[in-house]
Amino acid sequence: MLKINELQASIDESKILKGLNLTINPGEVHAIMGPNGSGKSTLASVLAGREDYSVDGGMVHFNGTDLLDMDATERARAGLFLAFQYPVEIPGVSNINFMRAAVNGKREHEGLDPIKGKDFLEMVKEKAKLVELDGRLRNRSVNEGFSGGEKKRNEIFQMAMLEPKLAILDETDSGLDIDALRVVSEGVNAMRSPDRSFLVITHYQRLLDYIVPDFVHVLVDGRIVRSGGKELALELEERGYDWIKEDAVA
Amino acid sequence: MAYDGKDKVLEEVTGKSYEFGFTTEIESDKAPAGLSEDIIRLISSKKEEPDWLLQWRLEAFAVWQTMEEPDWPHLNYVKPDYQAISYYAAPKQKKQLNSLDEVDPEMRRTMEKLGISMEEQKRLSGVAVDFVMDSVSVATSFKEKLGELGIIFCSMSEAVKEHPELVRKYLGSVVPTRDNFFSALNSAVFTDGSFCYIPKGARCPMELSTYFRINESGTGQFERTLVIADEASYVSYLEGCTAPQRDENQLHAAVVELVALDEAEIKYSTVQNWYPGDASGKGGVYNFVTKRGICHRRSKISWTQVETGSAVTWKYPSCILKGDHSVGEFYSVAVTNNAQQADTGTKMIHLGKNTHSTIISKGISAGNSHNSYRGLVQIMPSAANARNFSQCDSLLMTDTSGAHTFPYIEVKNPTAQVEHEATTSKIGEDQIFYCLQRGIDAEQAISLIVNGYAKDVLNQLPMEFAVEAQKLLSISLEGSVG
Repeated sequence: MLKINELQASIDESKILKGLNLTINPGEVHAIMGPNGSGKSTLASVLAGREDYSVDGGMVHFNGTDLLDMDATERARAGLFLAFQYPVEIPGVSNINFMRAAVNGKREHEGLDPIKGKDFLEMVKEKAKLVELDGRLRNRSVNEGFSGGEKKRNEIFQMAMLEPKLAILDETDSGLDIDALRVVSEGVNAMRSPDRSFLVITHYQRLLDYIVPDFVHVLVDGRIVRSGGKELALELEERGYDWIKEDAVA
Repeated sequence: MAYDGKDKVLEEVTGKSYEFGFTTEIESDKAPAGLSEDIIRLISSKKEEPDWLLQWRLEAFAVWQTMEEPDWPHLNYVKPDYQAISYYAAPKQKKQLNSLDEVDPEMRRTMEKLGISMEEQKRLSGVAVDFVMDSVSVATSFKEKLGELGIIFCSMSEAVKEHPELVRKYLGSVVPTRDNFFSALNSAVFTDGSFCYIPKGARCPMELSTYFRINESGTGQFERTLVIADEASYVSYLEGCTAPQRDENQLHAAVVELVALDEAEIKYSTVQNWYPGDASGKGGVYNFVTKRGICHRRSKISWTQVETGSAVTWKYPSCILKGDHSVGEFYSVAVTNNAQQADTGTKMIHLGKNTHSTIISKGISAGNSHNSYRGLVQIMPSAANARNFSQCDSLLMTDTSGAHTFPYIEVKNPTAQVEHEATTSKIGEDQIFYCLQRGIDAEQAISLIVNGYAKDVLNQLPMEFAVEAQKLLSISLEGSVG
């Protein structure tokens, strides 16, 4: 699914990722944890194709194609989805119209005609159930006036609509209360399947109680310094990041 | 003879013609460059106008000669040489093309993107086709239907002949000839335009559009429009066209006057897409328009405009809220790209009690363009309990474009309530990236964001106009980011 090899990236001449390696196979859920400033969100942005970052070295293969060779739109259409840490508001553009443009973009990529109105609305209804996104939120402007929890639910709703091959969740748990966390996690879990992979970026172990990962990686200073099973997350929760940082230096 | 000058002109023109054969017969109806009393007499006599109108024009001309072209707009352009312009050329014949293949490919591409039908494309670009007959018959049947309701909708020239009492009563009653430099010029030399009268209590059943008058000759660069809604009547009037309009005349100075009598409502919507010139603005149209409406008791005038064209735009559709309980509205989207400049806004002049006005202005600046909102809200001492709400937003697409806001507020009655909100923002890279990440391409992303931004204004347009205007906004901003 995804193979990252010695990835180096920087922003404004400051190096953030310094040779990152990671392989994700179909159906796997990987969690990336790490202290603030370790490069977690940079990794998400670089994979999604944000142009503010420059890729200075390394390779990323996504389903056999060179991901770094594609622009952000192409990556999205090829099945890479990023649930944003801070979803932006787009005033005046209804959530529904926005998703319709997105779904049709993907269909165009697949050589399909634009989706019919009726089919689209049915799809919206079905997918909205996953994250309990009510009609009011579907028709409002994208994220405008949404609470923190509503924004994150909207991200997962969009993910469900676009049925990606690889979904990257960038600190989806930040700013969520326990009920919203449950709803969002259930939405994600409902989408787990043998041919869909997840990369869950989080600062806290809490999210991983709900979305149970197959692998946990610890990112420190732009490199993955330790990988393990879900028990690694618990160990981090208990001991913090410092011991790993010291290990990494040593 | 009083018309010595005219004779001389005709002599000059006819004297040098014929060398080009048939076409010179058309050319012979063109006045030489320059503006003088004689030229005005020529225009008036060519149009077989009554003497009062000639005198009115001459008076306007005398006033114009004492006036100076305004310097206050935030615009930078070379002032036209008014003596180098020919003020009369009729009938104006578009160059006839034999097929769409002869049309400028750039223009065709735009028309296709706008979703304009083949037939309509041909009409707009002046391709000779027999369907003109169709539109004549369409226009005729509309006219019959309107006639049954007593609604008059015709060219200004026709109105001068057929309804002189109405024209004489209202022409210049809202925009006096001496109002400003361009309105004085227009009053002296206007050649045609539209006239509309809705009788008492009538509700015009369709959107009136100049489209239905296309069989009549082009109205030229000095257009004059007069819309009169008699008591308790309603009309929605559409002006302009989303298709790009090229014109050999660089200067356009139109005047539009609206009269809403007691309890009447006029909705006036404009989509302006005159040729903006090349990327440096060269060759683009200068558009200096005076638009104003007067509202009598409990009447309402709504101006909605989508301005995307012209190299220079100078335009302030305004309302004089004379009658008690009258309402004025102004909704505007002005897009400037490349080297375009726009200085546009409105004036709301509150005279009557309990008068309300709303101003929603959305400026969008791209390329190296400059976009200014200029507005005046004036509450006169007589306007007890007047209210105004203004919202002026500016969206910048690039670092090299400019947005400026010049709001003037004058309140002379302590019971008035005036609210003003203004924002300036740069189109969010975060918003664009969010769209891209969902598989929406950059062009469509900008289109979505910009149309969302302008939604409050676009919603005011009649349905089919709104759809075209949305596409037009996207096209106007193509390639403007990134």
